[in-house]
Amino acid sequence: MSSESRRETAAKIRALLDTEGPNIEAQARDLNAGRVEATEAFAEYEALRSDARRIKEDAIERIPELVDTVREAVEARGGHVYLAEDAADANRYVQSVCEDVDAETLVKSKSMTTEELEVNDALVEAGVDPYETDLGEFVVQLADESPSHLVGPAMHRSREDIAALLNDHFDPDEPFESADEMTAFVRDYLGDRIREADVGMTGANFVAADSGTMALVTNEGNARKCAATPPVHVAVAGVEKLIPSVSDLEPFVALLSKAATGQAISQYVSVLSPPVDTPIPDFDGDEFRPADDRAFHLVLVDNGRMAMREDDDLRETLYCVRCGACSNSCANFQQVGGHAFGGETYTGGIATGWEAGVHGQDAAGEFNDLCTGCTRCVNACPVKIDIPWINTVVRDRINRGDDPGRFDALVDGLVPDEEPAGLDLQKRFFGNVHTVARVGSALAPVSNWLAASAPARAAMERVLGVDRRRDLPQFARESFVDWFDDRGGARVPEPGAARSAVVYPDTYTNYVSPERGKAAVRALEALDVHVRVPAVPGSGRAPLSQGMIATARSNAEHVHDALAPHLDAGRDVVVVEPSDLAMFASDYERLLPADAHERLADSSYEICEYVYGRLSNDADPGSLAALDGDVAYHSHCQQRTLDLEAHTVAVLETCGATVRTSDVECCGMAGSFGYKEQYYDLSVDVGAPLADDFATADRVVASGTSCADQLESLLDARAPHPIELIAP
Amino acid sequence: MTDPAIDHVDAFRASLEAAGVTHETVALGEATAAIERAVEEPTVGVPVHVDASLPASVDTEFSPSDLHAATTGVTPARLGVAALGSLLVPSGEHGDELVALYPERHVAVLAASDVVPDLDAATDWLQSEVDAGRDSYVFATGVSATADMGALVEGVHGPTNVHVVLVDDREATSGDDTTNA
Ligand code: SF4
Repeated sequence: MSSESRRETAAKIRALLDTEGPNIEAQARDLNAGRVEATEAFAEYEALRSDARRIKEDAIERIPELVDTVREAVEARGGHVYLAEDAADANRYVQSVCEDVDAETLVKSKSMTTEELEVNDALVEAGVDPYETDLGEFVVQLADESPSHLVGPAMHRSREDIAALLNDHFDPDEPFESADEMTAFVRDYLGDRIREADVGMTGANFVAADSGTMALVTNEGNARKCAATPPVHVAVAGVEKLIPSVSDLEPFVALLSKAATGQAISQYVSVLSPPVDTPIPDFDGDEFRPADDRAFHLVLVDNGRMAMREDDDLRETLYCVRCGACSNSCANFQQVGGHAFGGETYTGGIATGWEAGVHGQDAAGEFNDLCTGCTRCVNACPVKIDIPWINTVVRDRINRGDDPGRFDALVDGLVPDEEPAGLDLQKRFFGNVHTVARVGSALAPVSNWLAASAPARAAMERVLGVDRRRDLPQFARESFVDWFDDRGGARVPEPGAARSAVVYPDTYTNYVSPERGKAAVRALEALDVHVRVPAVPGSGRAPLSQGMIATARSNAEHVHDALAPHLDAGRDVVVVEPSDLAMFASDYERLLPADAHERLADSSYEICEYVYGRLSNDADPGSLAALDGDVAYHSHCQQRTLDLEAHTVAVLETCGATVRTSDVECCGMAGSFGYKEQYYDLSVDVGAPLADDFATADRVVASGTSCADQLESLLDARAPHPIELIAP
Repeated sequence: MTDPAIDHVDAFRASLEAAGVTHETVALGEATAAIERAVEEPTVGVPVHVDASLPASVDTEFSPSDLHAATTGVTPARLGVAALGSLLVPSGEHGDELVALYPERHVAVLAASDVVPDLDAATDWLQSEVDAGRDSYVFATGVSATADMGALVEGVHGPTNVHVVLVDDREATSGDDTTNA
């Protein structure tokens, strides 16, 4: 990204932060809280997620067979099935169905797949007036906008915005104000459209292949009307919506509404086997026509999906049930919404998979960087899609697809990565932060003075996109590993020690913040642990976050080689930086052979988790620091995903502190994200509520380095790692 | 059919209330009168699934314009789902789907013996119906609603209020009147 396009991105984001952001934030947070409440109270949640995942995996595997089965089932009932290769093919078919009945108008219920196909444009082209009957979609159609959210298409608009739009369009005698007035008016207006429509078009949330039964989930009731009222029903669904049979519906019906809105079930879940037996109400002629006159067309859409199915990394996207939970749980999405965090059709983290699959990689490139890999969506997804991984893979592919030849003379050979020459310089810089830190520390303090100088900051911003409003990390003169060697290594001998552990010297702990490592060593030794601090390379977190998978993989291999002898010797691996622990525990699954990953994952612990373990095994808390008073603690997104926040809280409490945590889950920094010129404003906006929450706290501690950086700059006070408080 | 333990029916009633749906439990002999009490005319209706006739005020020979003009629609519910307060309304040849959807008030008539505990049981039942060729239903829970206009509004394309006449066809417990209106 050039410095100019970075500034354009920043300006677009700034504008959305002021306009659409507040509306999105209020609703997305509300829905997210609803989801959390509904799923936490639901005992079968995890079991149903596994069932849903399994059904989807099996169904996607069997798509060709299920297409044949559903064709047979629907045709046996007198309906038609059309398998459309791409959007143009699907649209041509829909146009021909409309032409056959001389359709003038068509009413639609909400369907993201028809958005993807841009069916409405094709209909208009064929002389058919399409009317969206979902109220949110209707608003978006009137405003000629794209949906800003998978579930709430008009979520970016406030009530006042919508009133202005309707007043402008319909010019009522009394201008609309309340949501009730607007709903009543639009209901009547669309009611007329539905009664007179020649064709009704719906999507389908699921299609049971063996009976041709489809499930439609809505709250408003418009899908039911669109399916039952006009004499022609066209259902448009991606091929990934096929499931084997009606009995497979249960986990999805049970999960979808909870994940989407926190409702136990949506108001209407239609389970229809079209063409339905409901007689056709002819409101013009005031008579019922026999149900047999009703035509039904199921348009199954490929449009890239069969290729996604063959793609080991994108395939998971096809399991998506489009509940929007990943968007709602995402701190960046909450601030800007789908008009920034979205592509041509789809929105939120999973949009990267959909856009890359159906519209092509470039469509995902625009917004893909807004996924910071924080993993908060991972536990939110009802079908357990690894959304951050899809974002990383697509980022990697975009990196590789970039125009080669730019800047290569400048960087090639200077950086030890495995990436193509044309890689975006900003990504390359942040991806190689380990090398930057190593050199910076070796040259400290000169490197710190240099980096802080105004001309250097201006150049860094121009060339690398490092925002000059950020304080840069100060490199330590003596690294953590050197300090440990200089002190003469371990002070608790291995024979006779309660445990034996390696403290992993992550990049920040080693070169920027050795105090964290020193505190970890002191605490562990006080708990009778034999400690070693070997030189181990960077985990690969930084390159992975920039989509530099090959570099991350080679880092993972080097880390594994360096740690393997310690694992062989039965030593545990203790990690201070949660994002590096998440590499060992989760991401390495994609980067290392299975047994290597498993062994490392099983032996790795977050530092406070490890202290907690020692204390649970009768170690004496009295050997740690005695705390009193309040401590405000901010965990880390990936630490929460790994379910490791509680351990730190417990340890701080055992040491005597009164611990306060915040409901605001994200600090907004997300590794290098908040340093980037184009995302600085967004990052600060995401972090502001957390800073407000902690503004009055005497002491603030944070587990993640970047969280600490953000809190320190927003609160103007130091935010150490909790181990620094706990260590004697 | 599932043997309806009494607690399912109690749980069902509680779930209905949580979903904003009113209900009255009556003995079979009282069903017609209870439906009569529940409707606001003009009313259209389709045959219900208990052994009771619809009151004379319910128009069963309606035209599309009658449907459009009706204030109340009376339909059977084939199942009630206790855990959710969902009604399983058929979408069949009599036009139940339209009658349950177009008028602003929906009165559903349900046999207490047709209350099942949860979604799992309901889906099993549904699969057996689909296998038998009776294959279109809607789970309706609460009233039609939207938040798309900037605040939650009830009554969009579907009914604004829903009432259940629960006909107690089980032995030994009849006529416990639990109207909540
Ligand atoms: S990826 Fe998962 S959480 Fe996101 S919309 Fe799809 S199903 Fe929902």
